[in-house]
Amino acid sequence: MGNSPHWMKSMPNFMDRETIDMKIAVLSGKGGTGKTLISVNLAATRTSTYIDCDVEEPNGHLFFKPKGVQEEEISVRIPKVNNELCNGCRKCVDLCKFNALAYIKNNLIVFDDVCHSCGGCTLVCHEKALTEKEKVIGKVQKGISSEVTVWTGILNTGEATGISIIRKLLAEDNHHGDRLTFIDCPPGSSCIVMESIKDADYCVLVAEPTLFGVHNLNMVYELVKLFDKPFGVVLNKFLEEENPAEKFCLERKIKILGRIPFDNEMGTLNSNAEIAVNKSDKYRELFSSLLDTVIKEVQHEAITNS
Amino acid sequence: MKQLLILSGKGGTGKTTIASAFIKLSDAKAYADCDVDAPNLHLIIKWNSQPEKTDYYGLPKAEINLELCIECDQCKQNCRFDAIKKVDSHYKVDSFACEGCGVCEYVCPVQAITLKPAVAGELMLYSDEEKVFSTAQLKIGSGTSGMLVTEVKKQMKSAAVDSEIAIIDGSPGIGCPVIASLSGVNMVLIVAEPSISGISDMERIINTAAKFGTKTAVCVNKCDTNIENTEKIEQFCEKQGLPFVGTIPFDTKAVKAINNGQTIVDIDCTPGKAVKEVYNKTINLLFEKGDG
Repeated sequence: MGNSPHWMKSMPNFMDRETIDMKIAVLSGKGGTGKTLISVNLAATRTSTYIDCDVEEPNGHLFFKPKGVQEEEISVRIPKVNNELCNGCRKCVDLCKFNALAYIKNNLIVFDDVCHSCGGCTLVCHEKALTEKEKVIGKVQKGISSEVTVWTGILNTGEATGISIIRKLLAEDNHHGDRLTFIDCPPGSSCIVMESIKDADYCVLVAEPTLFGVHNLNMVYELVKLFDKPFGVVLNKFLEEENPAEKFCLERKIKILGRIPFDNEMGTLNSNAEIAVNKSDKYRELFSSLLDTVIKEVQHEAITNS
Repeated sequence: MKQLLILSGKGGTGKTTIASAFIKLSDAKAYADCDVDAPNLHLIIKWNSQPEKTDYYGLPKAEINLELCIECDQCKQNCRFDAIKKVDSHYKVDSFACEGCGVCEYVCPVQAITLKPAVAGELMLYSDEEKVFSTAQLKIGSGTSGMLVTEVKKQMKSAAVDSEIAIIDGSPGIGCPVIASLSGVNMVLIVAEPSISGISDMERIINTAAKFGTKTAVCVNKCDTNIENTEKIEQFCEKQGLPFVGTIPFDTKAVKAINNGQTIVDIDCTPGKAVKEVYNKTINLLFEKGDG
Protein backbone atom coordinates (compact mmCIF):
# COMPACT_ATOMS: atom_id res chain seq x y z
CA MET A 1 0.00 0.00 0.00
CA GLY A 2 3.04 2.27 -0.25
CA ASN A 3 2.02 4.07 -3.40
CA SER A 4 -0.71 6.69 -3.41
CA PRO A 5 -3.99 5.28 -4.67
CA HIS A 6 -4.62 6.12 -8.29
CA TRP A 7 -7.74 8.18 -7.54
CA MET A 8 -5.68 10.71 -5.58
CA LYS A 9 -4.83 12.29 -8.88
CA SER A 10 -8.37 13.59 -8.91
CA MET A 11 -8.29 14.92 -5.36
CA PRO A 12 -8.08 18.65 -6.21
CA ASN A 13 -11.39 18.31 -7.99
CA PHE A 14 -12.83 16.35 -5.15
CA MET A 15 -15.98 18.40 -4.92
CA ASP A 16 -16.66 17.92 -8.58
CA ARG A 17 -18.65 14.75 -8.28
CA GLU A 18 -18.18 13.65 -11.87
CA THR A 19 -14.44 13.22 -11.56
CA ILE A 20 -14.22 11.01 -8.50
CA ASP A 21 -12.16 7.99 -9.44
CA MET A 22 -12.64 5.57 -6.60
CA LYS A 23 -13.37 1.89 -6.30
CA ILE A 24 -15.59 0.80 -3.45
CA ALA A 25 -16.15 -2.90 -2.82
CA VAL A 26 -19.25 -4.01 -0.93
CA LEU A 27 -18.92 -7.36 0.82
CA SER A 28 -20.20 -9.54 3.65
CA GLY A 29 -19.28 -12.99 4.86
CA LYS A 30 -22.86 -14.09 5.04
CA GLY A 31 -25.21 -14.08 2.08
CA GLY A 32 -28.45 -12.12 2.13
CA THR A 33 -27.23 -9.34 4.40
CA GLY A 34 -27.91 -6.64 1.82
CA LYS A 35 -24.77 -6.29 -0.32
CA THR A 36 -26.77 -5.81 -3.49
CA LEU A 37 -29.31 -3.50 -1.80
CA ILE A 38 -26.51 -1.24 -0.58
CA SER A 39 -24.27 -1.27 -3.64
CA VAL A 40 -27.19 -0.75 -6.06
CA ASN A 41 -28.64 2.13 -4.06
CA LEU A 42 -25.27 3.79 -3.50
CA ALA A 43 -24.51 3.54 -7.22
CA ALA A 44 -27.92 4.92 -8.17
CA THR A 45 -27.40 8.15 -6.21
CA ARG A 46 -24.63 9.39 -8.57
CA THR A 47 -23.10 9.01 -11.99
CA SER A 48 -21.22 5.79 -11.44
CA THR A 49 -20.25 2.31 -12.51
CA TYR A 50 -21.74 -0.76 -10.88
CA ILE A 51 -19.97 -4.10 -11.25
CA ASP A 52 -21.69 -7.30 -10.17
CA CYS A 53 -18.93 -9.75 -9.23
CA ASP A 54 -21.36 -12.22 -7.65
CA VAL A 55 -21.16 -14.22 -10.87
CA GLU A 56 -22.80 -17.31 -9.37
CA GLU A 57 -25.94 -15.41 -8.47
CA PRO A 58 -25.85 -11.97 -10.13
CA ASN A 59 -28.82 -9.87 -9.08
CA GLY A 60 -27.84 -6.22 -9.60
CA HIS A 61 -29.08 -6.24 -13.21
CA LEU A 62 -32.55 -7.24 -11.99
CA PHE A 63 -32.71 -3.87 -10.21
CA PHE A 64 -31.03 -1.69 -12.84
CA LYS A 65 -32.73 -3.33 -15.85
CA PRO A 66 -29.94 -1.93 -18.06
CA LYS A 67 -30.57 -0.91 -21.68
CA GLY A 68 -28.41 -1.39 -24.74
CA VAL A 69 -26.87 -4.50 -23.28
CA GLN A 70 -23.77 -5.80 -25.05
CA GLU A 71 -22.37 -9.14 -24.09
CA GLU A 72 -19.21 -11.09 -24.50
CA GLU A 73 -18.68 -14.78 -23.86
CA ILE A 74 -15.94 -15.72 -21.43
CA SER A 75 -13.93 -18.86 -22.04
CA VAL A 76 -11.19 -20.76 -20.36
CA ARG A 77 -8.58 -22.88 -22.11
CA ILE A 78 -8.87 -26.63 -21.63
CA PRO A 79 -6.85 -29.44 -23.20
CA LYS A 80 -7.93 -31.36 -26.28
CA VAL A 81 -6.49 -34.81 -26.95
CA ASN A 82 -5.39 -36.28 -30.24
CA ASN A 83 -5.21 -39.95 -29.28
CA GLU A 84 -3.45 -40.82 -32.55
CA LEU A 85 -0.43 -38.79 -31.45
CA CYS A 86 -0.56 -39.90 -27.81
CA ASN A 87 2.10 -42.50 -27.00
CA GLY A 88 0.70 -43.29 -23.57
CA CYS A 89 3.66 -41.91 -21.62
CA ARG A 90 1.30 -40.53 -18.91
CA LYS A 91 3.55 -37.55 -18.19
CA CYS A 92 0.50 -35.27 -18.38
CA VAL A 93 -1.47 -37.51 -16.02
CA ASP A 94 1.39 -37.41 -13.51
CA LEU A 95 1.79 -33.63 -13.76
CA CYS A 96 -1.91 -32.73 -13.40
CA LYS A 97 -2.56 -31.91 -9.75
CA PHE A 98 -6.29 -31.65 -10.33
CA ASN A 99 -6.81 -35.22 -11.58
CA ALA A 100 -8.28 -33.83 -14.77
CA LEU A 101 -6.54 -36.40 -16.98
CA ALA A 102 -6.65 -40.19 -17.00
CA TYR A 103 -5.17 -42.82 -19.28
CA ILE A 104 -7.69 -45.63 -19.53
CA LYS A 105 -7.72 -48.50 -22.03
CA ASN A 106 -5.14 -46.91 -24.32
CA ASN A 107 -7.01 -43.64 -24.37
CA LEU A 108 -6.21 -40.32 -22.76
CA ILE A 109 -9.33 -38.77 -21.28
CA VAL A 110 -9.85 -35.16 -20.10
CA PHE A 111 -12.32 -34.32 -17.33
CA ASP A 112 -13.23 -30.76 -18.38
CA ASP A 113 -15.06 -29.89 -15.17
CA VAL A 114 -12.09 -30.32 -12.86
CA CYS A 115 -9.49 -28.75 -15.17
CA HIS A 116 -7.99 -25.53 -13.77
CA SER A 117 -6.62 -24.40 -17.16
CA CYS A 118 -3.03 -24.29 -15.90
CA GLY A 119 -1.68 -25.41 -19.29
CA GLY A 120 0.75 -27.86 -17.69
CA CYS A 121 -0.34 -30.90 -19.71
CA THR A 122 0.26 -29.21 -23.05
CA LEU A 123 3.71 -28.10 -21.87
CA VAL A 124 4.74 -31.57 -20.77
CA CYS A 125 3.52 -33.42 -23.89
CA HIS A 126 6.36 -33.86 -26.37
CA GLU A 127 4.19 -35.75 -28.84
CA LYS A 128 1.96 -32.71 -29.43
CA ALA A 129 -1.00 -34.93 -28.59
CA LEU A 130 -2.42 -32.21 -26.39
CA THR A 131 -3.54 -28.83 -27.66
CA GLU A 132 -5.86 -26.30 -26.09
CA LYS A 133 -9.39 -25.33 -26.98
CA GLU A 134 -11.68 -22.65 -25.64
CA LYS A 135 -14.55 -23.61 -23.39
CA VAL A 136 -17.26 -21.04 -22.71
CA ILE A 137 -18.03 -20.83 -18.97
CA GLY A 138 -20.17 -17.70 -18.86
CA LYS A 139 -20.47 -14.14 -20.04
CA VAL A 140 -19.97 -10.49 -19.23
CA GLN A 141 -22.68 -7.95 -19.97
CA LYS A 142 -22.51 -4.18 -20.10
CA GLY A 143 -25.52 -1.89 -20.20
CA ILE A 144 -26.71 1.55 -19.17
CA SER A 145 -29.34 2.39 -16.58
CA SER A 146 -29.80 6.19 -16.52
CA GLU A 147 -26.55 7.52 -14.96
CA VAL A 148 -25.14 4.12 -14.10
CA THR A 149 -23.00 1.86 -16.26
CA VAL A 150 -23.90 -1.65 -15.25
CA TRP A 151 -21.46 -4.56 -15.63
CA THR A 152 -22.70 -8.06 -14.91
CA GLY A 153 -20.79 -11.32 -14.84
CA ILE A 154 -22.77 -14.51 -15.27
CA LEU A 155 -21.35 -17.99 -14.65
CA ASN A 156 -23.05 -20.81 -16.54
CA THR A 157 -24.80 -23.31 -14.30
CA GLY A 158 -22.75 -26.46 -13.71
CA GLU A 159 -19.44 -24.56 -13.92
CA ALA A 160 -17.23 -24.64 -10.84
CA THR A 161 -15.57 -21.25 -10.78
CA GLY A 162 -16.19 -17.80 -12.18
CA ILE A 163 -12.85 -16.36 -11.23
CA SER A 164 -11.92 -15.63 -14.86
CA ILE A 165 -15.22 -13.77 -15.30
CA ILE A 166 -14.46 -11.62 -12.25
CA ARG A 167 -10.98 -10.88 -13.61
CA LYS A 168 -12.48 -9.84 -16.93
CA LEU A 169 -15.06 -7.56 -15.26
CA LEU A 170 -12.45 -5.76 -13.19
CA ALA A 171 -9.99 -5.47 -16.08
CA GLU A 172 -12.69 -3.93 -18.27
CA ASP A 173 -13.47 -1.44 -15.57
CA ASN A 174 -9.84 -0.41 -15.30
CA HIS A 175 -9.91 0.60 -18.96
CA HIS A 176 -12.80 2.90 -18.30
CA GLY A 177 -11.52 4.49 -15.07
CA ASP A 178 -12.11 8.00 -13.72
CA ARG A 179 -15.40 7.08 -12.18
CA LEU A 180 -16.97 6.23 -8.92
CA THR A 181 -17.18 2.44 -9.07
CA PHE A 182 -19.07 0.03 -6.87
CA ILE A 183 -18.09 -3.62 -6.77
CA ASP A 184 -20.85 -5.94 -5.54
CA CYS A 185 -18.91 -8.96 -4.22
CA PRO A 186 -19.88 -12.62 -3.83
CA PRO A 187 -20.59 -13.80 -0.28
CA GLY A 188 -17.94 -15.50 1.83
CA SER A 189 -14.24 -14.86 2.28
CA SER A 190 -12.70 -17.29 -0.20
CA CYS A 191 -10.59 -16.79 -3.31
CA ILE A 192 -13.41 -15.25 -5.37
CA VAL A 193 -14.00 -12.51 -2.79
CA MET A 194 -10.28 -11.87 -2.57
CA GLU A 195 -10.17 -11.45 -6.34
CA SER A 196 -13.11 -8.99 -6.21
CA ILE A 197 -11.56 -6.66 -3.64
CA LYS A 198 -8.01 -6.78 -5.03
CA ASP A 199 -8.15 -3.35 -6.70
CA ALA A 200 -10.64 -1.71 -4.35
CA ASP A 201 -9.68 1.54 -2.63
CA TYR A 202 -12.15 0.94 0.16
CA CYS A 203 -14.30 -1.91 1.47
CA VAL A 204 -17.80 -1.52 2.83
CA LEU A 205 -18.72 -4.49 5.02
CA VAL A 206 -22.44 -5.11 5.34
CA ALA A 207 -23.60 -6.76 8.56
CA GLU A 208 -26.97 -7.89 9.80
CA PRO A 209 -27.88 -7.93 13.48
CA THR A 210 -27.89 -11.70 13.98
CA LEU A 211 -25.63 -14.24 15.58
CA PHE A 212 -24.79 -15.58 12.10
CA GLY A 213 -24.24 -12.05 10.83
CA VAL A 214 -21.60 -11.34 13.47
CA HIS A 215 -19.83 -14.64 13.04
CA ASN A 216 -19.50 -14.03 9.29
CA LEU A 217 -18.69 -10.32 9.70
CA ASN A 218 -15.69 -11.43 11.73
CA MET A 219 -14.45 -13.43 8.72
CA VAL A 220 -14.59 -10.58 6.22
CA TYR A 221 -13.12 -8.32 8.87
CA GLU A 222 -10.14 -10.69 9.01
CA LEU A 223 -10.01 -10.71 5.20
CA VAL A 224 -9.84 -6.93 4.76
CA LYS A 225 -7.25 -6.69 7.53
CA LEU A 226 -5.18 -9.41 5.86
CA PHE A 227 -5.20 -7.47 2.59
CA ASP A 228 -4.61 -4.18 4.33
CA LYS A 229 -7.73 -2.57 2.87
CA PRO A 230 -9.31 0.45 4.52
CA PHE A 231 -12.88 -0.43 5.51
CA GLY A 232 -15.99 0.47 7.45
CA VAL A 233 -19.23 -1.28 8.36
CA VAL A 234 -22.84 -0.61 7.39
CA LEU A 235 -25.34 -2.04 9.85
CA ASN A 236 -28.27 -3.24 7.79
CA LYS A 237 -31.74 -4.32 9.01
CA PHE A 238 -31.07 -2.10 12.03
CA LEU A 239 -33.52 -2.39 14.92
CA GLU A 240 -33.62 -0.36 18.12
CA GLU A 241 -32.60 -3.27 20.26
CA GLU A 242 -29.48 -5.15 21.13
CA ASN A 243 -27.42 -5.46 17.96
CA PRO A 244 -24.63 -8.03 18.11
CA ALA A 245 -23.04 -6.60 14.95
CA GLU A 246 -22.95 -3.09 16.40
CA LYS A 247 -21.44 -4.44 19.60
CA PHE A 248 -18.77 -6.23 17.55
CA CYS A 249 -17.83 -2.95 15.81
CA LEU A 250 -17.81 -0.86 18.98
CA GLU A 251 -15.61 -3.36 20.81
CA ARG A 252 -13.06 -3.32 17.99
CA LYS A 253 -13.36 0.42 17.29
CA ILE A 254 -14.46 -0.32 13.73
CA LYS A 255 -15.86 2.65 11.86
CA ILE A 256 -19.66 2.40 11.53
CA LEU A 257 -20.50 4.15 8.25
CA GLY A 258 -24.23 4.07 8.67
CA ARG A 259 -27.32 2.28 9.84
CA ILE A 260 -30.04 1.15 7.44
CA PRO A 261 -33.21 0.67 9.46
CA PHE A 262 -35.26 -2.51 9.21
CA ASP A 263 -38.22 -1.26 7.26
CA ASN A 264 -41.08 -3.14 5.60
CA GLU A 265 -41.48 -0.54 2.85
CA MET A 266 -37.87 -0.85 1.77
CA GLY A 267 -38.09 -4.63 2.15
CA THR A 268 -41.01 -4.75 -0.27
CA LEU A 269 -39.30 -2.43 -2.78
CA ASN A 270 -36.20 -4.57 -2.57
CA SER A 271 -38.02 -7.87 -2.95
CA ASN A 272 -39.67 -6.47 -6.10
CA ALA A 273 -36.22 -5.50 -7.45
CA GLU A 274 -36.98 -1.77 -7.24
CA ILE A 275 -34.19 0.72 -6.51
CA ALA A 276 -35.28 2.42 -3.28
CA VAL A 277 -33.51 5.75 -3.97
CA ASN A 278 -35.48 6.13 -7.20
CA LYS A 279 -38.77 5.56 -5.40
CA SER A 280 -38.57 7.91 -2.47
CA ASP A 281 -36.63 11.01 -1.37
CA LYS A 282 -36.40 9.54 2.09
CA TYR A 283 -34.22 6.71 0.82
CA ARG A 284 -32.30 8.98 -1.57
CA GLU A 285 -31.26 11.11 1.41
CA LEU A 286 -30.34 8.05 3.44
CA PHE A 287 -28.05 6.61 0.76
CA SER A 288 -26.63 9.99 -0.36
CA SER A 289 -25.52 10.71 3.16
CA LEU A 290 -24.11 7.19 3.48
CA LEU A 291 -22.14 7.73 0.27
CA ASP A 292 -20.85 11.10 1.51
CA THR A 293 -19.61 9.37 4.65
CA VAL A 294 -17.91 6.65 2.61
CA ILE A 295 -16.21 9.17 0.31
CA LYS A 296 -14.99 11.20 3.28
CA GLU A 297 -13.59 8.03 4.82
CA VAL A 298 -11.70 7.13 1.65
CA GLN A 299 -10.32 10.68 1.53
CA HIS A 300 -9.33 10.47 5.18
CA GLU A 301 -7.60 7.11 4.68
CA ALA A 302 -5.63 8.53 1.76
CA ILE A 303 -4.41 11.48 3.81
CA THR A 304 -3.44 9.46 6.87
CA ASN A 305 -1.63 6.90 4.72
CA SER A 306 0.23 9.30 2.47
CA MET B 1 -28.34 -43.54 5.01
CA LYS B 2 -30.54 -41.07 3.14
CA GLN B 3 -28.83 -37.76 2.69
CA LEU B 4 -30.83 -34.55 2.47
CA LEU B 5 -28.97 -31.45 1.30
CA ILE B 6 -30.34 -27.96 1.94
CA LEU B 7 -29.45 -25.32 -0.68
CA SER B 8 -30.74 -21.93 -1.75
CA GLY B 9 -28.66 -20.29 -4.47
CA LYS B 10 -29.12 -16.89 -2.85
CA GLY B 11 -27.54 -16.37 0.54
CA GLY B 12 -29.48 -15.52 3.67
CA THR B 13 -32.74 -17.22 2.72
CA GLY B 14 -32.69 -19.42 5.81
CA LYS B 15 -30.79 -22.61 4.96
CA THR B 16 -29.22 -22.95 8.40
CA THR B 17 -32.44 -21.97 10.21
CA ILE B 18 -34.28 -24.75 8.39
CA ALA B 19 -31.44 -27.27 8.56
CA SER B 20 -31.19 -26.82 12.34
CA ALA B 21 -34.96 -27.28 12.72
CA PHE B 22 -34.81 -30.44 10.58
CA ILE B 23 -31.97 -31.84 12.69
CA LYS B 24 -34.07 -31.34 15.83
CA LEU B 25 -37.25 -32.75 14.26
CA SER B 26 -35.60 -35.83 12.77
CA ASP B 27 -33.27 -36.37 15.71
CA ALA B 28 -30.70 -37.07 12.99
CA LYS B 29 -27.72 -39.11 14.09
CA ALA B 30 -25.56 -37.61 11.38
CA TYR B 31 -25.38 -34.06 10.06
CA ALA B 32 -22.90 -31.73 8.43
CA ASP B 33 -22.29 -28.09 7.56
CA CYS B 34 -20.92 -27.85 4.03
CA ASP B 35 -20.87 -24.05 3.98
CA VAL B 36 -17.15 -24.21 4.70
CA ASP B 37 -16.70 -20.58 3.68
CA ALA B 38 -19.13 -19.27 6.31
CA PRO B 39 -20.21 -22.11 8.61
CA ASN B 40 -22.95 -21.26 11.10
CA LEU B 41 -24.71 -24.49 12.03
CA HIS B 42 -22.45 -25.03 15.07
CA LEU B 43 -23.81 -21.79 16.54
CA ILE B 44 -27.30 -23.32 16.77
CA ILE B 45 -26.69 -27.02 17.28
CA LYS B 46 -24.50 -26.91 20.30
CA TRP B 47 -22.33 -29.67 21.67
CA ASN B 48 -20.97 -29.83 25.18
CA SER B 49 -17.87 -31.63 24.03
CA GLN B 50 -15.02 -30.22 21.98
CA PRO B 51 -14.65 -31.30 18.36
CA GLU B 52 -11.81 -33.39 17.09
CA LYS B 53 -9.83 -31.04 14.84
CA THR B 54 -7.74 -31.94 11.80
CA ASP B 55 -5.81 -29.63 9.51
CA TYR B 56 -7.07 -29.66 5.97
CA TYR B 57 -4.39 -29.54 3.32
CA GLY B 58 -5.57 -28.15 0.02
CA LEU B 59 -3.34 -28.10 -3.01
CA PRO B 60 0.32 -27.34 -2.33
CA LYS B 61 1.88 -23.92 -2.89
CA ALA B 62 5.01 -23.17 -4.88
CA GLU B 63 8.12 -21.88 -3.16
CA ILE B 64 11.19 -20.40 -4.85
CA ASN B 65 14.67 -20.96 -3.50
CA LEU B 66 16.31 -17.63 -4.31
CA GLU B 67 19.80 -19.09 -3.91
CA LEU B 68 19.16 -21.38 -6.84
CA CYS B 69 17.02 -19.00 -8.92
CA ILE B 70 18.76 -17.71 -12.05
CA GLU B 71 15.98 -15.20 -12.80
CA CYS B 72 15.17 -16.70 -16.20
CA ASP B 73 11.53 -15.59 -15.90
CA GLN B 74 10.21 -18.95 -17.16
CA CYS B 75 8.02 -19.52 -14.11
CA LYS B 76 6.44 -16.09 -14.37
CA GLN B 77 5.78 -16.45 -18.09
CA ASN B 78 4.15 -19.86 -17.74
CA CYS B 79 2.01 -19.22 -14.66
CA ARG B 80 -1.61 -18.84 -15.71
CA PHE B 81 -2.65 -17.50 -12.31
CA ASP B 82 -0.35 -14.46 -12.10
CA ALA B 83 1.03 -16.00 -8.95
CA ILE B 84 4.70 -15.25 -9.63
CA LYS B 85 5.70 -11.67 -8.96
CA LYS B 86 8.99 -9.93 -9.49
CA VAL B 87 9.68 -7.80 -6.43
CA ASP B 88 12.96 -5.82 -6.35
CA SER B 89 14.41 -8.11 -9.02
CA HIS B 90 13.56 -11.20 -6.95
CA TYR B 91 10.92 -13.72 -7.88
CA LYS B 92 8.22 -14.35 -5.30
CA VAL B 93 5.12 -16.56 -5.16
CA ASP B 94 1.83 -14.94 -4.22
CA SER B 95 0.50 -17.82 -2.16
CA PHE B 96 -3.09 -16.58 -2.40
CA ALA B 97 -3.00 -16.61 -6.19
CA CYS B 98 -1.04 -19.90 -6.47
CA GLU B 99 -3.29 -22.84 -7.27
CA GLY B 100 -0.56 -25.45 -6.83
CA CYS B 101 -0.61 -26.65 -10.44
CA GLY B 102 3.13 -27.29 -10.49
CA VAL B 103 3.79 -25.72 -13.90
CA CYS B 104 6.49 -23.45 -12.47
CA GLU B 105 8.21 -26.39 -10.83
CA TYR B 106 8.17 -28.20 -14.17
CA VAL B 107 9.53 -25.33 -16.28
CA CYS B 108 12.24 -24.21 -13.85
CA PRO B 109 15.58 -25.24 -15.46
CA VAL B 110 17.50 -25.21 -12.16
CA GLN B 111 15.01 -26.91 -9.80
CA ALA B 112 14.68 -23.76 -7.71
CA ILE B 113 10.95 -24.30 -7.23
CA THR B 114 9.30 -26.89 -5.02
CA LEU B 115 5.68 -27.40 -4.08
CA LYS B 116 5.11 -27.32 -0.34
CA PRO B 117 2.02 -28.64 1.46
CA ALA B 118 -0.23 -25.84 2.72
CA VAL B 119 -2.99 -25.82 5.30
CA ALA B 120 -6.16 -24.45 3.68
CA GLY B 121 -8.61 -24.97 6.49
CA GLU B 122 -9.67 -27.02 9.46
CA LEU B 123 -12.00 -29.99 9.72
CA MET B 124 -14.02 -30.43 12.90
CA LEU B 125 -15.84 -33.56 14.03
CA TYR B 126 -18.16 -33.62 17.02
CA SER B 127 -19.14 -37.14 18.04
CA ASP B 128 -20.44 -39.31 20.85
CA GLU B 129 -21.88 -42.84 21.03
CA GLU B 130 -25.01 -41.69 19.26
CA LYS B 131 -24.38 -38.78 16.94
CA VAL B 132 -21.89 -37.14 14.62
CA PHE B 133 -21.65 -33.58 13.40
CA SER B 134 -19.08 -32.81 10.72
CA THR B 135 -18.09 -29.24 9.89
CA ALA B 136 -15.10 -27.22 8.72
CA GLN B 137 -13.74 -23.74 8.28
CA LEU B 138 -11.92 -22.75 5.14
CA LYS B 139 -8.93 -20.48 5.67
CA ILE B 140 -9.58 -16.89 4.66
CA GLY B 141 -8.80 -16.12 1.04
CA SER B 142 -8.39 -19.79 0.21
CA GLY B 143 -9.55 -21.73 -2.83
CA THR B 144 -10.26 -25.48 -3.06
CA SER B 145 -13.48 -25.15 -1.08
CA GLY B 146 -15.02 -27.98 -3.13
CA MET B 147 -12.36 -30.42 -1.93
CA LEU B 148 -12.98 -29.40 1.68
CA VAL B 149 -16.73 -29.94 1.23
CA THR B 150 -15.98 -33.46 -0.01
CA GLU B 151 -13.85 -34.04 3.11
CA VAL B 152 -16.65 -32.81 5.40
CA LYS B 153 -19.07 -35.30 3.87
CA LYS B 154 -16.53 -38.12 3.95
CA GLN B 155 -15.83 -37.39 7.61
CA MET B 156 -19.54 -37.49 8.43
CA LYS B 157 -20.12 -40.77 6.61
CA SER B 158 -17.12 -42.58 8.04
CA ALA B 159 -17.98 -41.57 11.62
CA ALA B 160 -21.74 -42.14 11.45
CA VAL B 161 -23.01 -45.44 12.73
CA ASP B 162 -26.33 -46.60 11.53
CA SER B 163 -28.05 -43.30 10.82
CA GLU B 164 -31.24 -43.48 8.81
CA ILE B 165 -31.02 -39.89 7.75
CA ALA B 166 -28.29 -37.29 7.34
CA ILE B 167 -29.04 -33.56 7.11
CA ILE B 168 -26.50 -31.44 5.24
CA ASP B 169 -26.50 -27.65 5.34
CA GLY B 170 -25.14 -26.33 2.04
CA SER B 171 -23.51 -23.14 0.87
CA PRO B 172 -24.90 -20.29 -1.24
CA GLY B 173 -24.15 -19.94 -4.94
CA ILE B 174 -23.88 -22.55 -7.68
CA GLY B 175 -20.09 -23.03 -7.91
CA CYS B 176 -17.55 -25.57 -6.71
CA PRO B 177 -18.62 -25.99 -3.05
CA VAL B 178 -22.25 -26.46 -4.12
CA ILE B 179 -21.33 -28.93 -6.87
CA ALA B 180 -19.15 -30.87 -4.42
CA SER B 181 -21.97 -30.96 -1.87
CA LEU B 182 -24.42 -32.35 -4.45
CA SER B 183 -22.49 -35.51 -5.20
CA GLY B 184 -24.00 -38.58 -3.59
CA VAL B 185 -26.96 -36.93 -1.85
CA ASN B 186 -30.45 -38.44 -2.24
CA MET B 187 -32.37 -35.20 -2.37
CA VAL B 188 -32.06 -31.43 -2.31
CA LEU B 189 -34.42 -29.08 -0.52
CA ILE B 190 -34.23 -25.56 -1.89
CA VAL B 191 -35.07 -22.74 0.50
CA ALA B 192 -36.33 -19.93 -1.73
CA GLU B 193 -37.02 -16.34 -0.78
CA PRO B 194 -39.95 -14.46 -2.33
CA SER B 195 -37.96 -11.68 -4.00
CA ILE B 196 -37.09 -11.12 -7.66
CA SER B 197 -33.45 -11.82 -6.77
CA GLY B 198 -34.46 -14.92 -4.82
CA ILE B 199 -36.47 -16.29 -7.74
CA SER B 200 -33.63 -15.72 -10.21
CA ASP B 201 -31.16 -17.46 -7.89
CA MET B 202 -33.60 -20.30 -7.20
CA GLU B 203 -33.92 -21.01 -10.92
CA ARG B 204 -30.14 -21.16 -11.27
CA ILE B 205 -29.73 -23.59 -8.37
CA ILE B 206 -32.58 -25.77 -9.68
CA ASN B 207 -30.80 -25.95 -13.05
CA THR B 208 -27.54 -26.82 -11.34
CA ALA B 209 -29.13 -29.64 -9.29
CA ALA B 210 -30.88 -30.90 -12.45
CA LYS B 211 -27.53 -31.14 -14.27
CA PHE B 212 -26.42 -33.59 -11.60
CA GLY B 213 -29.74 -35.43 -11.71
CA THR B 214 -30.56 -34.83 -8.06
CA LYS B 215 -34.17 -35.03 -6.87
CA THR B 216 -35.25 -31.54 -5.83
CA ALA B 217 -38.07 -30.01 -3.76
CA VAL B 218 -38.73 -26.34 -3.00
CA CYS B 219 -40.04 -24.44 0.01
CA VAL B 220 -40.42 -20.68 0.53
CA ASN B 221 -39.12 -18.96 3.63
CA LYS B 222 -40.36 -15.53 4.81
CA CYS B 223 -43.33 -16.22 2.49
CA ASP B 224 -45.45 -13.35 3.83
CA THR B 225 -42.84 -10.67 3.02
CA ASN B 226 -44.02 -10.80 -0.60
CA ILE B 227 -47.11 -12.90 -1.22
CA GLU B 228 -47.18 -12.29 -4.98
CA ASN B 229 -43.64 -13.56 -5.39
CA THR B 230 -44.42 -16.57 -3.18
CA GLU B 231 -47.27 -17.43 -5.55
CA LYS B 232 -44.94 -17.02 -8.52
CA ILE B 233 -42.54 -19.54 -6.99
CA GLU B 234 -45.36 -22.01 -6.36
CA GLN B 235 -46.56 -21.64 -9.96
CA PHE B 236 -43.01 -22.04 -11.26
CA CYS B 237 -42.64 -25.32 -9.36
CA GLU B 238 -45.95 -26.60 -10.65
CA LYS B 239 -44.91 -25.81 -14.21
CA GLN B 240 -41.54 -27.51 -13.79
CA GLY B 241 -43.09 -30.51 -12.06
CA LEU B 242 -41.05 -29.87 -8.90
CA PRO B 243 -42.58 -30.82 -5.56
CA PHE B 244 -43.49 -27.71 -3.55
CA VAL B 245 -43.31 -28.62 0.11
CA GLY B 246 -44.68 -25.52 1.80
CA THR B 247 -44.15 -22.00 3.07
CA ILE B 248 -42.74 -20.56 6.27
CA PRO B 249 -43.77 -17.08 7.44
CA PHE B 250 -41.46 -14.37 8.79
CA ASP B 251 -41.49 -13.72 12.52
CA THR B 252 -39.05 -11.64 14.59
CA LYS B 253 -39.43 -14.36 17.25
CA ALA B 254 -37.56 -16.70 14.91
CA VAL B 255 -34.70 -14.20 14.61
CA LYS B 256 -34.57 -13.93 18.40
CA ALA B 257 -34.50 -17.71 18.80
CA ILE B 258 -31.54 -17.96 16.43
CA ASN B 259 -29.75 -15.11 18.24
CA ASN B 260 -30.21 -17.05 21.47
CA GLY B 261 -28.69 -20.12 19.87
CA GLN B 262 -32.02 -21.98 19.61
CA THR B 263 -33.75 -23.57 16.64
CA ILE B 264 -37.17 -22.30 15.57
CA VAL B 265 -38.78 -25.53 16.80
CA ASP B 266 -37.40 -24.98 20.30
CA ILE B 267 -39.77 -22.05 20.86
CA ASP B 268 -43.46 -21.46 20.26
CA CYS B 269 -43.71 -19.49 17.00
CA THR B 270 -45.55 -19.68 13.67
CA PRO B 271 -42.40 -20.40 11.60
CA GLY B 272 -41.68 -23.31 13.98
CA LYS B 273 -45.12 -24.79 13.29
CA ALA B 274 -44.86 -24.22 9.55
CA VAL B 275 -41.44 -25.85 9.32
CA LYS B 276 -42.88 -29.07 10.79
CA GLU B 277 -45.20 -29.42 7.81
CA VAL B 278 -42.37 -28.68 5.39
CA TYR B 279 -40.33 -31.30 7.23
CA ASN B 280 -43.02 -34.00 7.01
CA LYS B 281 -43.53 -33.50 3.29
CA THR B 282 -39.79 -33.45 2.64
CA ILE B 283 -39.21 -36.66 4.60
CA ASN B 284 -42.01 -38.42 2.71
CA LEU B 285 -40.32 -37.51 -0.56
CA LEU B 286 -36.89 -38.50 0.72
CA PHE B 287 -38.08 -41.98 1.73
CA GLU B 288 -40.39 -42.43 -1.26
CA LYS B 289 -40.24 -45.89 -2.75
CA GLY B 290 -38.59 -46.39 -6.08
CA ASP B 291 -35.83 -44.00 -5.20
CA GLY B 292 -32.32 -45.33 -5.41
